[in-house]
Amino acid sequence: MSTITVTVNGKSYTKEVEGRTLLVHFLRDTLGLTGTHVGCDTSSCGACTIHLDGRAVKSCSMLAAQADGSILTTIEGLAPGGELHPLQVAFNDEHGLQCGFCTPGMIMTAADLLSQNPNPTEREIREGLEGNICRCTGYHNIVRAIQLAAERTAGVPA
Amino acid sequence: MIPQKVDYKRAGSVAEALSLLSANPDAKILAGGHSLIPAMKLRLNSPSLLIDIARISELRFIHEQDGGVKIGAASTHHDIVSNATIRELYPAMAEAGELIGDTQVRNVGTIGGSIAHADPSADWPAVLLALGATINVEGPAGAHDIPASEFFTGFFSTALEEGEIVTAITLPAPSAAHQSAYKKFMQPASRFAIVGCAVAIVADGGTITDAKVAFTGVSDAAFLDEAVAAALIGQPAIPETIEAAANAAAEGDIHINEDHFASQAYRKHLAKVYAKRALVEACGL
Repeated sequence: MSTITVTVNGKSYTKEVEGRTLLVHFLRDTLGLTGTHVGCDTSSCGACTIHLDGRAVKSCSMLAAQADGSILTTIEGLAPGGELHPLQVAFNDEHGLQCGFCTPGMIMTAADLLSQNPNPTEREIREGLEGNICRCTGYHNIVRAIQLAAERTAGVPA
Repeated sequence: MIPQKVDYKRAGSVAEALSLLSANPDAKILAGGHSLIPAMKLRLNSPSLLIDIARISELRFIHEQDGGVKIGAASTHHDIVSNATIRELYPAMAEAGELIGDTQVRNVGTIGGSIAHADPSADWPAVLLALGATINVEGPAGAHDIPASEFFTGFFSTALEEGEIVTAITLPAPSAAHQSAYKKFMQPASRFAIVGCAVAIVADGGTITDAKVAFTGVSDAAFLDEAVAAALIGQPAIPETIEAAANAAAEGDIHINEDHFASQAYRKHLAKVYAKRALVEACGL
């Protein structure tokens, strides 16, 4: 066991973890933040995507111990006061989800993309989503939602 | 999927990592972990201890050196593809880096981890071979350098000795007329190379004076294809030269991989096609 301290969605936690505990299990089972999903469990689908020190990562492919000392944001942290993030609003407006299982990962990846490239082309959005799999939508509405969020937040710092 | 029980220690320096490694022969070095942790989840690998080197600051840097570039082993794929000097001097590095995995993988996975793991379908090995890179290594006996051409020795095998770790990768200064390119045919789900081809050429006044052509995914380790290089050197940089050189790819006494995605014959064919595409781009044709 080792002791880790992480800041998740603005709140600091110090917890004991096993060496083998995966970051996604720490978030879901220890902290109860079940918005981050386990999909394929093999680094392919991106449902477990969170932000680690500001960058999108797959939390099923990291150990909790690796995150010691880091600042993490999960989907729950995007709407801290209950007011939806522009990406969440846009996914709603453009019908960017059907079953919703992949949506937390899609939105966290899109948030990283827009933070680096506030005005992406459609191609850049599609390439940026290479690490996220959706089995319902066919991706078109997800791409439109990200385009809409980009338009609405143009020039506005995240 | 959950790995077997394992201890975890974060090393604060290369010296500490080496001393932990020598005291724990069953330990594995953990950098980004994006090859190692999935393998541990599948119970293909069960080390007793993970020595995390990802946050050692002396391993995470990219700086210019003698006209070339030195890349710390813990630099992520994203660090590399977003470095302006690397993009300018070594287009093949940028092209290859951008094709590794996906955004999330590139944010965590490291170049040192990738080459030490030596997956036969990984992208960096081919590029480092074509660019004539040097692998900087430290171990119980001190620091030494291994040319990339001697580093990748076989299936998931490298020239690293027991207790050694990769500390950096040094790319030599490119000559004025140097061009490089990387093209790959990827497995659609894993995005690993079924065939990846890296080329680096020097064309002086329309004549190719130096050439290195390397493949990944084709054989049990990335390799330099000397026959393709020989067919280029001394020849004019024209389509006919490229066609003839590309047709020499993956011939001779080379073990060719085969799986349910690509037969040996198809891989051989792809090697020629991707050599041609990479050479066309590098020659500006």
